[in-house]
Amino acid sequence: MSGLAGLTGFALRRTVGALVTLLAISVIVYVVFYVTPGNVAQITCGPRCSPAQVQQVAEQLHLNDPLYTRYLNFLQGLVAGQDYSTGTSVQHCSAPCLGLSYQSDQQVTALILAKLPVSLSLVFGAMVLWLILGVGTGVLSAWRRGRLTERLLTGVTLVGVATPVFVIGLVLMIVVCGQLQLLPFPQYVALTDDPEQWAWNLLLPWLSLALIEAAAFARLTRAAMLETLAEDHIRTFRAYGVGERSVIGRHALRGAVAPVIALNANNFGGAVGGAVLTETLFGLPGIGQELVHAVNVVDLPVVVGMVLVIGFFVVLANAVADVLYAVADRRVVLA
Amino acid sequence: MSLVEVTGLTVEFGSLRAVDGLSFRLERGAALALVGESGSGKSTVASALLGLHRGTGARVGGAIEVAGVDVQEASDEELRRLRGAKAAMVFQDPLSSLDPYYAIGDQIAEVYRAHTRAPRRAARARAVEVLDRVGIPDAVRRSRSRPHEFSGGMRQRALIAMALACGPDLLIADEPTTALDVTVQAQILDLLHTLREETGMGLLLVTHDVGVAAESVDEVLVMRHGRAVEQGPVGTVLGSPAQPYTRELLGAVPRVDAPRAVAQASAEELVTGEESVTGEAEVVLEAAGLRREFGRRKRAFTAVDDVSLTIHRGETLGIVGESGSGKTTLGRMLVGLLEPTAGEVRYDGHARVGVRPAVQMVFQDPVSSLNPRRSVGESIADPLRARGEKDEERIRGRVRELLERVGLDAAHYDRYPHEFSGGQRQRVGIARALAADPRLIVCDEPVSALDVTTQAQVVALLGELRRELGLALVFVAHDLAVVRQVSDRVAVMRSGRIVEEGPADEVYDNPQDPYTKQLLAAVPALDPRIAAQRRAARRELAVV
Repeated sequence: MSGLAGLTGFALRRTVGALVTLLAISVIVYVVFYVTPGNVAQITCGPRCSPAQVQQVAEQLHLNDPLYTRYLNFLQGLVAGQDYSTGTSVQHCSAPCLGLSYQSDQQVTALILAKLPVSLSLVFGAMVLWLILGVGTGVLSAWRRGRLTERLLTGVTLVGVATPVFVIGLVLMIVVCGQLQLLPFPQYVALTDDPEQWAWNLLLPWLSLALIEAAAFARLTRAAMLETLAEDHIRTFRAYGVGERSVIGRHALRGAVAPVIALNANNFGGAVGGAVLTETLFGLPGIGQELVHAVNVVDLPVVVGMVLVIGFFVVLANAVADVLYAVADRRVVLA
Repeated sequence: MSLVEVTGLTVEFGSLRAVDGLSFRLERGAALALVGESGSGKSTVASALLGLHRGTGARVGGAIEVAGVDVQEASDEELRRLRGAKAAMVFQDPLSSLDPYYAIGDQIAEVYRAHTRAPRRAARARAVEVLDRVGIPDAVRRSRSRPHEFSGGMRQRALIAMALACGPDLLIADEPTTALDVTVQAQILDLLHTLREETGMGLLLVTHDVGVAAESVDEVLVMRHGRAVEQGPVGTVLGSPAQPYTRELLGAVPRVDAPRAVAQASAEELVTGEESVTGEAEVVLEAAGLRREFGRRKRAFTAVDDVSLTIHRGETLGIVGESGSGKTTLGRMLVGLLEPTAGEVRYDGHARVGVRPAVQMVFQDPVSSLNPRRSVGESIADPLRARGEKDEERIRGRVRELLERVGLDAAHYDRYPHEFSGGQRQRVGIARALAADPRLIVCDEPVSALDVTTQAQVVALLGELRRELGLALVFVAHDLAVVRQVSDRVAVMRSGRIVEEGPADEVYDNPQDPYTKQLLAAVPALDPRIAAQRRAARRELAVV
């Protein structure tokens, strides 16, 4: 395999695939919202609006247009930008335009740019922690298999898998911030404003998200390592007097790399939009929280925008995972 | 002091006694083969020599002394220092025995460093040195390859290089050539022979193949059910065996240098009135200009290239070749499981597409070619049902008949594949092929997964069926000796082409194609003296 040419082709194929996927997602969201019952104009306008006002809102938001016209409008905005009238003035929304929020008339792209750093800060930090904790625990329990250590760890990870994040998060917050007063109650500070405060404030959210996810990684790592340990090449190194530390740390762990990459891609992508509970609990204004709010008030442009962003990260995470596979295991051919 | 001294060795896994009171010794620089069929405990003995059963729950009794180390009493650290340094083991399957993620040179260097504490650089240099020693060309560059980038023979050389890294006194080789083609096997056995001459290390060879033992060792220990049956110099044990089991074992080994046994009657017995008029047996199947490609464009690969052959009624055509020669692809095209890219298969004179009940197949692996979740009776009934038979009574009756026909018990209808031995499962596969009343059965490596005694029984069954039912057989195999013993005619394949075809005895006794000559020269001989002559002959062929 010629490395660079292979990688370019791979990136090209993946980009096309991602675009098709994202378009399909947007169609699905449009259709789902179209068939969902409920008067969008009424909800957007508020409970006290008169029928005439509601009618006006519906006009303004093009809610009476057929589905395909609305979708084509959306596509046009995405490719060429669009002008929106907000009753009194006209707002121009330039090229990658995802529309305006029904609720706030804010541009969805601006909304995303405001929320995304919060979500990414949370998920990236948590990912580092869950990988260290999860893989570490997994290695330890595979190494000490059948002993007390392993049984204890298995118990702990089982509790981790079974506990909801708001329980762990709440307990952490009460103990660390309330009882011990080691940290202030978390409040989001942007990385660009104050890196140190950013980290301190995110520590608890990271920890509570990571503890839940780490449990799954620990179980996966342990299972993959035990499987590798049963393979012939492990027998070879034992029969050649290579120490147990090297057998476990070098040869058995290597077999766990691919499944861990796969699970990590999945969980990372999912957590960008799915860490709603953590975001809500710690008052982090992230994508997940915004998405839930937008769904509640049927704010279609925001929902579509958020879903596309989440979809983008899922696709990206998986593409990165495929490249990492090929780096980790030379037998893998990128396709 | 002997290099290896084993006294009253027993190994038990739960209630199973795999090795039962075995004693033997191996002097420094000598070579001993443990020969036996599967389940005889020979590999267990090899593992026990390195204390590999420690911590696995197996109970090991008796005394084991290897290179001055008391394996039973040694501490974990003493054992670690024995393994790889004083006694090194070469395993059967060279692909799965190496770590797929690391470069081969690094893996060898790691072993070297585990015993010498040499600096990284020196260990890497040592790895290249031993790889070069075992005949890996361009060892510096190839030491950076991963195992999957090596061929089977090169991987086995790499494993041998790993064994050599620390200059051990004893080499334990557990079926070192079983996964390899016959020409590659000969190269590996020659390499082991040369290395032993040069380094003076002792060799303990574990093998099911009597021929491999005859090629490589001075002494043989025949094992059965975990016990020693017979032990002595290789010439004596193989030349004039004292024990009935040894004689049975040797009798079952197919000979490549003897014409086929009388028991395997030939096609001439089947002469019917019709044939005496035409002078030629009727043609069952004809293949013309068969070609098959896999992959597209740059990755296109021609597995079978312009193969034409004819199969007559009641005749056995042997197709022999090494792995990758295209013999399985050809077999599948004859049955209709694969469409040829070009050329055609004519059945009864008509071009044909797809599978026909009259042409059936028996597969290599009797374990994976039967559905483990269905009773064998149901598997055998499949072709009957496929043909539209609905009457349950008749189906059951016919299946019982078939089970008895292949030497199984009619009451086995409701049993599942895992309840049968390998040989019995292959009989089930044959019964399933017979269910459709075929005129031709294509057998793809039907006996290569079986022990020699079982192999002989299955081969005998196929011969019997052919005689009684007037079946034509296509016998695809890599084992030259087996093919000689079953075939009327033989086609030798290489790189998708038939390089030589003719009556079996002619091809074997007077091969014309250089490749056929090379193949035949690579087959291990049962007589150690002939083995030595062949080794010399191979050296000459290699020079040419």
